[in-house]
Amino acid sequence: MSHKSMNLTLHVWRQKNAKCDGKFVEYKADGVSPDMSFLEMLDVVNEGLIAKGEEPIEFDHDCREGICGMCSMVINGRPHGPKERTTTCQLHMRSFKDGDSITLEPWRAEAFPVVRDLVVDRTAFDRIVAAGGFITAPAGTPQDANALPISKENADLSMDAAACIGCGACVAACPNASAMLFVSAKISHLGLLPQGQPERYIRVRDMIAQMDAEEFGTCTNHGECEAACPKGIKMENIARMNRDYIKASLTYRPATSGGGGAG
Amino acid sequence: MDLNARIPDGPIEKKWEKHKFESKLVNPANKRKYRVIMVGSGLAGGAGAASLAELGYNVDCFCYQDSPRRAHSIAAQGGINAAKNYRNDGDSVYRLFYDTVKGGDFRAREANVYRLAEVSADIIDQCVANGVPFAREYGGLLDNRSFGGAQVSRTFYARGQTGQQLLIGAYQALERQVGLGTVKMHNRHEMLELIVVDGVARGIVTRDMVTGEIESHIADAVILSTGGYGNVFYLSTNAMGCNGTAVWRAHKKGAAFGNPCFTQIHPTCIPVTGDHQSKLTLMSESLRNDGRVWVPKKKEDCKRNPNDIKEEDRDYYLERKYPSFGNLAPRDISSRAAKQVCDEGRGVGETGLGVYLDFSDAIRRLGKAKIEEKYGNLFEMYERITDENPYETPMRIYPAVHYTMGGLWVDYNLQSTIPGLFVAGEANFSDHGANRLGASALMQGLADGYFVLPATVSNYLAGLKPGVRPAADHPEVTGTVTAVKDRIQKLLSIKGTKSPTHFHRELGKIMWEYCGMARNEAGLKKALELIPKLREEFWKDVRVVGENESLNQSLEMAARVADFLELGELMCLDALQRRESCGGHFREEFQTEDGEALRDDENFCHVAVWEYTGEGQAPVRHIEPLTFDNVHLATRSYK
Repeated sequence: MSHKSMNLTLHVWRQKNAKCDGKFVEYKADGVSPDMSFLEMLDVVNEGLIAKGEEPIEFDHDCREGICGMCSMVINGRPHGPKERTTTCQLHMRSFKDGDSITLEPWRAEAFPVVRDLVVDRTAFDRIVAAGGFITAPAGTPQDANALPISKENADLSMDAAACIGCGACVAACPNASAMLFVSAKISHLGLLPQGQPERYIRVRDMIAQMDAEEFGTCTNHGECEAACPKGIKMENIARMNRDYIKASLTYRPATSGGGGAG
Repeated sequence: MDLNARIPDGPIEKKWEKHKFESKLVNPANKRKYRVIMVGSGLAGGAGAASLAELGYNVDCFCYQDSPRRAHSIAAQGGINAAKNYRNDGDSVYRLFYDTVKGGDFRAREANVYRLAEVSADIIDQCVANGVPFAREYGGLLDNRSFGGAQVSRTFYARGQTGQQLLIGAYQALERQVGLGTVKMHNRHEMLELIVVDGVARGIVTRDMVTGEIESHIADAVILSTGGYGNVFYLSTNAMGCNGTAVWRAHKKGAAFGNPCFTQIHPTCIPVTGDHQSKLTLMSESLRNDGRVWVPKKKEDCKRNPNDIKEEDRDYYLERKYPSFGNLAPRDISSRAAKQVCDEGRGVGETGLGVYLDFSDAIRRLGKAKIEEKYGNLFEMYERITDENPYETPMRIYPAVHYTMGGLWVDYNLQSTIPGLFVAGEANFSDHGANRLGASALMQGLADGYFVLPATVSNYLAGLKPGVRPAADHPEVTGTVTAVKDRIQKLLSIKGTKSPTHFHRELGKIMWEYCGMARNEAGLKKALELIPKLREEFWKDVRVVGENESLNQSLEMAARVADFLELGELMCLDALQRRESCGGHFREEFQTEDGEALRDDENFCHVAVWEYTGEGQAPVRHIEPLTFDNVHLATRSYK
């Protein structure tokens, strides 16, 4: 553990709201301890701004332990900063050195409009899930959990995909601002489980339709998403989603009326 | 004050079934005429909002985050308890009930705890049906592990991310209802006040955190699933945004507060490193399945490299003091034991406030790969924060504030003392007594959300005329909106010299020092002098920059800290008046010769229920007596 404190220069994107133009503003961060988390460093800068009567830098954050997916900023051109498989809140200042300049920007994507400063609107992700990212199983009296054995291999692969925290780094990293890593992680999570089979093809079709409606770009295999993902979600999920999507498209039949019946 | 808990008659194992049968129902065609407000979208709120919408009610759900999927239930790591007895190790509903009552040091209501144990098995089934990828064995069946305070393996888990997976399951069910139009989600909205009309909860006032707009929302019933208030201590394992405003505002409108001083200090968190620290990170209790807790026997060894300290010079103090539960002693007991060895000067790390959690035996026994499979993500998390490799050097841990067992008082229906106001999950006081067992918070959140609220809220709604709600221009509604606006303007107009965080940190220091792991009369009295002074200073000297009409995190923080400054005082008052030690509430004056908590069942076998009586007035302490007809009241022992 090092005790040497650092002096840093920050170039931070400041933007009052979605309608105003934004610009970079320079701030000094002096006496930064290497044991601070990145967000704690920003807390200290913000306390300094408040002391001067200036408005603090707004950024999204909540759990500060890498699981809620709320923190979101591009640090020196990389979503969540320089460390692999690490969210911004888990990044510590020991990853930087005295005298460094650090540029901070919000996620940049058409589908994620800036709310203020480093805060963006990611509700497009919620709408994609609402379109089909679920298993229809209302609360009630389902069958015993062990009545449906699931191979450990599939349960583990499903869990790998379900580890997605919905932060949006994949979109921010993609030159096309594609959301396919996020969407495919949900497709894999549910599609690898037996419970997810009845809705497997409706799900992929509805989620992709919503993804397109939100104006995310399409995947052209750059692989930036996988590199930026703090949870190590793999591009193989996109391949799995594409297979399901092709099958779903080929076998699609418009719903016929199922109403009526005896009574 | 009506403190009838409305516990159904009959034998304990029949109460819930009987109660559900006797509850009134709403005609399917009438359900859509009712509107329910759910504040919070964690396990209780998300599951509750989804389940009520599935029944056919219109639900408005509110969360302060940018998406309901971010609620802090997501951070729970280790697991969820359920009495499935898949291990054939002697588990049963009755045993889970017994362990929870005993774990809570006999300060929880028997009937509520029994219901919790009863529905626990259904929760696992429901989650699996929703696609939660619990850990499985090669045969395809569900795996289990052990948690503190139990001698059976009944904890279900999804790696070290159980809370995340359960929340995502509830979130998906919730989003499905959003897609169907039965739930309207209000992200980035914070509840700032409860609307009460003629003594009945009728709605809430919220602030749109992006535009600053103050809005009223009217409904037939209001449910608070807003989590705990551990952030009153400033440093805790809670998320940065977790706050007590919703419950505190409801309390000031007439909802009684149960056992406010009951706080859980979790034994295994990463120690504090400096003044800049903004939050503390938990290391899951599940680690104590394989990790051994120790400190050096001799003070002079504390600064040495732990790997150089010989076996005979180590004090595995939990194994020594509690041979039958060992490293899996419950949280309150493990935390106090850590404090004791550190107070003796045997703590490790730079601050001396730390103990070792050592995996070297387990790695030798099971191999590194097995440990990595079980706890890999936790080890990674530890290494990121501390820059130390726990596969090679023992982890350093120390207790930290984690959970509040206290909360708004509710009856068996989860209804508060205000008709129409229900409280679920950590926000209520009901199931965990004076100490919560590990892996039981997830169980309670989902029990309340998936199974209890749908039955009890329906019963309440069935007694209301469908579609009859106060108008938006009702004087109570407009008056409440005006009061909220005035309060915000007041915060903005003080233009003092110190930030809201400054006051929050100062309050946290007082609370941790005098109302933390060990409490005594003199300290609590001191805190009761210091807190009102700090509050007075806050209202004179807080500096909130910016304006209401945009995203303004310093304004959000100021409003929350203002409420913590009142809630903290009530916690100290409650701790002062409870002249016994029980569970997480340890009064130094009341301990056995070997330093264990000394309960006083003669005088304190009750819930302390606090009534708000007005600004500047002393709150009134009522009691709800607790009776134990099924679990024999006994000294809690893990030796």
